[in-house]
Amino acid sequence: MSTTTSTPLLDVRGVTMRFGGLTAVSNVDLTVGQGEIIGLIGPNGAGKTTFFNCLTGLYVPTEGTVTYRGNVLPPKPHLVTQAGIARTFQNIRLFANMTVLENVLVGRHSRTREGLFSALVRGPGYRRAEADSRAKAMELLEFVGLAAKAEHLARNLPYGEQRKLEIARALASEPGLLLLDEPTAGMNPQETRAAEELVFAIRDRGIAILVIEHDMKFIFNLCDRTAVLVQGQKIVEGDRETVQNDERVITAYLGTPLEQPTETTE
Amino acid sequence: MTVNLIRRREDLATALRALEGTVPAPLARLLTLLGSVLTIASCFLSWTWTDRFPGDLTVAGYPGGLQVLTLTAGLLLLLQTLSAYQLRGLGWLAPAGQTRALRLLALGALAVTWYTLGAISGELGGLANLEPGGFVAGIAVLPALYGTLALPGDRREATPAQARPLWQELLVIAAIAAAGLYVFTYGIETEYGELFVGFLLVIGFSAGAYAQAGLLARASALFARRRPWASAAAFLAAAAFPLTQSSEQYANLGVNILIFATVALGLNIVVGLTGLLDLGYVAFLGVGAYTAALISGSVFSPFRGAHVPFLLAALIGAAVSVVFGVLIGAPTLRLRGDYLAIVTIGFGEIFHIAVNNLDGKSGPKITNGPDGIAQIPDVSIFGFNLGSAHQLGSITIGRFANYFFLMLIVTLVVVTVFSRAGNSRIGRAWIALREDETAAEAMGINGFRTKLVAFALGASLAGLAGTVSAHVTYNVVPTPYVFAGSTAPNSAFLLAAVVLGGMGTVSGPLLGASLLYLIPEKLTFLQHYQLLAFGVALIVLMRFRPEGIVANRRRQAEFHQSDIPAQAAGSEDSVSLSQAGA
Repeated sequence: MSTTTSTPLLDVRGVTMRFGGLTAVSNVDLTVGQGEIIGLIGPNGAGKTTFFNCLTGLYVPTEGTVTYRGNVLPPKPHLVTQAGIARTFQNIRLFANMTVLENVLVGRHSRTREGLFSALVRGPGYRRAEADSRAKAMELLEFVGLAAKAEHLARNLPYGEQRKLEIARALASEPGLLLLDEPTAGMNPQETRAAEELVFAIRDRGIAILVIEHDMKFIFNLCDRTAVLVQGQKIVEGDRETVQNDERVITAYLGTPLEQPTETTE
Repeated sequence: MTVNLIRRREDLATALRALEGTVPAPLARLLTLLGSVLTIASCFLSWTWTDRFPGDLTVAGYPGGLQVLTLTAGLLLLLQTLSAYQLRGLGWLAPAGQTRALRLLALGALAVTWYTLGAISGELGGLANLEPGGFVAGIAVLPALYGTLALPGDRREATPAQARPLWQELLVIAAIAAAGLYVFTYGIETEYGELFVGFLLVIGFSAGAYAQAGLLARASALFARRRPWASAAAFLAAAAFPLTQSSEQYANLGVNILIFATVALGLNIVVGLTGLLDLGYVAFLGVGAYTAALISGSVFSPFRGAHVPFLLAALIGAAVSVVFGVLIGAPTLRLRGDYLAIVTIGFGEIFHIAVNNLDGKSGPKITNGPDGIAQIPDVSIFGFNLGSAHQLGSITIGRFANYFFLMLIVTLVVVTVFSRAGNSRIGRAWIALREDETAAEAMGINGFRTKLVAFALGASLAGLAGTVSAHVTYNVVPTPYVFAGSTAPNSAFLLAAVVLGGMGTVSGPLLGASLLYLIPEKLTFLQHYQLLAFGVALIVLMRFRPEGIVANRRRQAEFHQSDIPAQAAGSEDSVSLSQAGA
């Protein structure tokens, strides 16, 4: 759980993402250390999710590099997952017509090797791998508290459990870093509390977490450091005090103080 | 339009429900009983005066043709009614409630009776051609239907079946398999269109009734519990089909259905599991067929010196199909959605036009153009010539029966591939890609490669079936390998067989393919209206049962979320037995 800033797990250098003339993310640096929980906040449209997409290979950044454990990440989602970064989505993207267990088993895809041929032959190696995957998937469902619903269709789960399932599915790929995109959106206070516990429990498994969130209480309870993104730019990064007292953050969220406009009208 | 349809359907349902309770339940049940008995009795009367109507319905005391179907419908209704009277030993007929099953059975009896009467008057010119027996039958079904509609609804959750000793369950499985074989054989042997329509009516309504009664759910639960036994029974029932045939005519039909169904099952991997819309799939069947034709020693083949053994030819045919599959797939599978459909439709047409033109005039002489490659020698496996008839005891196994067995082995291979691949790491990846490609890639699935594997596997299975089909038909011509035509196989029919039968299931495409092959074959009177009727049927099906005849557990949940999930788990693979022979 020690924060080793010398060799960061994730090292983002000068990532810029332009869509035509629009610069959605501009020259952002960010590091995540082993076992850290890092928050990423910012007003709507600040480029948080775009930044996530740049990290996970969904977008190819216009400029800049993303390094994970010392290796530059290729801009292909499945290779990023293979390397050890898993993510959840802001708008839940489960495989709605698969069972809960199957969803988690799909998450194990990058950690298993059995191809078509071994699936057809079904030798002892295949059976072992399949049984192993199932055991690991069940263990994860136990971890997030969905073991009893393993055979339900994902689409039939209530909203909060769908979020949990998405996390379990991401954990199934045995990541070193988990990216959570608004994990408590639409949750009531109790559910948010439970989500906090879950995030801590994940960190205790030795997995670093980068989380986008709008719930400030959630962020400041959880995060070792928090970065603030405004209009694509990282304006400040630091602990709770630093972020909360930063004028630019207050401006971004609440607007400029009242004196300024009165001055300009005069 | 759709809204109108929905409203009308609800109006009808309300109107029918309005009859509920108009007479006390005991009286309603009695009416049903009397109606069914009277219907059965009427089948032993003469319905028409002349034997010009096929099936000879003139003989009193001996039901013929469509009368037998009416008799069957009446007997099924009687049986169910007796079960509703709680007769000892018949309780098992309705684990999920009687009334709906009774209503559908009564409707079925009404449909087949009135259809017969209509067909007689239509063909012979007027109601005057009906003998009193016909009127008795037509009227007898009415009190039966009224009685069932007046019965109170009694839909209930089926209690789970208690486990029975293995031998009893095996007996049940064997009985269902035998019944399936009988029904399939009856359907394939119907000699005239009217009888086939009657057959479809009886089968359709009784299947619906038994689904409502919860029997199909019971049966599929039993099959799931005893899967190896059930598969073996299904396979044996299918293998017994050619033994029931004395003439080659229907065995030939059986082989063609089997080829069509097997290709549909291969397409189901591509469309049903992976969600790739392939509109040119029949071309892979063509690739396999042409490959086999070219290297099997036909004198019309430019490589007439080459005569490779069939097993090798089958492998080569499958391999060449894979090559074409990869050639088509590699540049296009990176795209999402509709692009693939357009490219595959193009590939299908290119194949069709190319084999038409490789005739020595417009291109190199390889396929002989529209004349095709004829005189393909029969398959000989280890000295066993499939072209000649063999004796098995007193039963003669003819040429088409031989090929039926060969094709059955191919079908077995495809079924095994489908179910094993579908329920594995790669199968889950296919379904995940179908469900949400972005999320699937974020889970570490290489979308392009995984889709290419599905595409190539589908192609290889079609190619394999194609090698057999080349030998069965003696010759290979370009005409069947088109996008849409009025007879199977063509890409549109293949896709329809998958969608109609039920995507993502094993038995669905087998059932859908049998229906789609038999209907044009039997209902020759449709002729030019075939495609029209087919289109109407598809629209109706998609409106009322979008998940197909055999519902996959997943798709059932997808389309009928608001409905009671009681039957959701049940209908999956419930007809696998009767249709494994198809």
